[in-house]
Amino acid sequence: MYVYDQYDQKIVDQRVQEFQDQVERRINGNLPEEEFRPLRLMNGLYNQLHAYMLRVAIPYGLLNTKQVRMLAHIARKYDKGFAHFTTRQNVQYNWPELEQVPNILADLASVQMHAIQTSGNCIRNTTSDEYAGVAPDELEDPRPYCEIIRQWSTFHPEFTYLPRKFKIAVTGAEKDRAAIQVHDIGLRLRKNSEGETGFEVYVGGGLGRTPVVGDVVREFLPKKDLLTYLEAILRVYNLLGRRDNKYKARIKIMLKALGRDKLAAMIENEWEHIKSSSLELTEEEIARVQDFFAPPSYETLDDLSELGDDNNQDFQRWVKQNVKPHKISGYAAVVVTLKSPDVAPGDITDSQLEKVADLADEFSFGMVRATHKQNLILADVKQKDLYTLWQALNDINCATANAGCITDMICCPGLTYCSLANAHSIPIAEEINQRFDDLDYVHDLGELRLNISGCMNACGHHHVAAIGILGVDKKGKEFYQVTIGGSSGDEASIGKILGPSFAREEIADAIENLVKTYVELRQDDEPFLETVRRIGTNPFKERLYA
Amino acid sequence: MPNLINTQSILDESWQDCQELEKIACDGDIIVAIDQVEYLDFEGHNGRVAVTVPNDEDIVELYPSINKADVIRLQFPAFADGRAYSQARLLRDRLGFEGDIRATGDVLRDQLFQMHRCGFSSFELREDQNAELALTDFSRFDVLYQPAADESLPLFKRR
Repeated sequence: MYVYDQYDQKIVDQRVQEFQDQVERRINGNLPEEEFRPLRLMNGLYNQLHAYMLRVAIPYGLLNTKQVRMLAHIARKYDKGFAHFTTRQNVQYNWPELEQVPNILADLASVQMHAIQTSGNCIRNTTSDEYAGVAPDELEDPRPYCEIIRQWSTFHPEFTYLPRKFKIAVTGAEKDRAAIQVHDIGLRLRKNSEGETGFEVYVGGGLGRTPVVGDVVREFLPKKDLLTYLEAILRVYNLLGRRDNKYKARIKIMLKALGRDKLAAMIENEWEHIKSSSLELTEEEIARVQDFFAPPSYETLDDLSELGDDNNQDFQRWVKQNVKPHKISGYAAVVVTLKSPDVAPGDITDSQLEKVADLADEFSFGMVRATHKQNLILADVKQKDLYTLWQALNDINCATANAGCITDMICCPGLTYCSLANAHSIPIAEEINQRFDDLDYVHDLGELRLNISGCMNACGHHHVAAIGILGVDKKGKEFYQVTIGGSSGDEASIGKILGPSFAREEIADAIENLVKTYVELRQDDEPFLETVRRIGTNPFKERLYA
Repeated sequence: MPNLINTQSILDESWQDCQELEKIACDGDIIVAIDQVEYLDFEGHNGRVAVTVPNDEDIVELYPSINKADVIRLQFPAFADGRAYSQARLLRDRLGFEGDIRATGDVLRDQLFQMHRCGFSSFELREDQNAELALTDFSRFDVLYQPAADESLPLFKRR
């Protein structure tokens, strides 16, 4: 992974000092809350329903075990023993005290971490494919480019007060696991007809109140032009993005208003002026950053035809569901699920974190990844170690065999913590878990993404789920709207609303009903999403509102 | 008296604000609006000229009419409205303006560092901002990843 040099370290250290000063001015009354707010947000500090919430950046989801242990330490010392992984591959703490936040940031800086730009109307943490570097279908590892973007976007002086937040995702694989089409900018590494590798550039995707699938503004961008092109997009957006209404301020609204061709022309026009500027990337810089992501020292191993104990059904189910292919023979990637039925999706305790760190040291070159689906991954596990690893993960309740299944839900904190929420989401996830507690049935349902958002800001990505649940407030009561047919994959699509929303006590029944309908209507092994795409939403609608 | 600084010191300047006037003063340091510049003889004017540019103006298109100004005043109607950062960079990097670029409006201590990076050279602080302390805010960070008005090369070419 990328290792800070003295420059990177200094910038993070000076940020801690700056924030220390801002917090002091806030506490002694020299900085009004209204002006402190954007400053703390740019450091990931929210003021939630019960307490402050601190969001810590995990650039493109990658952590070493020293960092994982620090996250555990922070959970224990400054929180109630929990950390919560988010859909931006970041981690959140729900109970820090304002006065303690500079100390937390100092602790983070000691392991080359920070909370810079994890909120606010600026460029946020760049996300990527959770299987970057190990996926068999990968053209090139996207993480060096994510790091290059991280450095360029950190404290970018021109883009600190954008019309709205700005999210970038990069993938290097054939299959898009980074949801690039629902990001403000999505980048996909690809080859052009001359065989050179560069980026396909999507602009204007996003979720929130107005979900939009992004459009391609440039089919091929040479690597050296990555930063100048991003700078051109951001400048056009900063100057011309709407600022009169925060719900119409994302770049997706510009895309809709201007159309793809016009927006692309404006970007190209700006880019012409700066493409040959000093910001043009050099081969040396790309190679320098790529060196940090060189593959670990894999052993020469053969793929195993039998993994561990054939008779142990629990283990075999886990292998089937949670073990993913690896480009090196004899290795596998393992999903450490944070979706056990009895915990809030994405939550992990300090002691679980420490155990995961131990296991990563023992079995996966000391590295852990956070995924946008709110799980962790050990990406480089020897197949022959899988059984031992499974036992250890089982001991800490992180081996629920449901990766990619209906119970592997993405779920925002909802009204349990969030001051924006209209409705609870965590208790809904809990209820759905109770309804789908038979693992055989869950596996029979196959790949089924179910996402829950507690309000239309859509942090739970409900629009891009095969089944999406959106919490709404109707005259002070919690209701839930159901969408189906969404996906953040290669053929990204926004789910369609089925009809009137359901009361809290009805929603789990409705989901059960929807799933039963699918089971009756599916053909062969067709996943839920494909059934919806084949037959449309009407058959589901009819059943649900019969 | 505006609460005015540059990156080095507190400035003591007095300007006559002619923006609302029908007739522009004949001499002295004056502030004018962009729709007044066509009546103005920049070279013949006896004193300095500052032009206020709204933050939704296309600065590139406007520039030929204001390039002789001594001061271009860019606006922050609210500190969170960041359009003038891009206008400043265009003025410095693209258009080569060498005069004073002044930040006006909701100009607060915590934004000075990036304003300076984008090419602002003087700052009309909001009344309640402490000018002495503000002078310390230009040195918050020693490391700059990006090229901008204050640094021609990105860090990756200086490492």
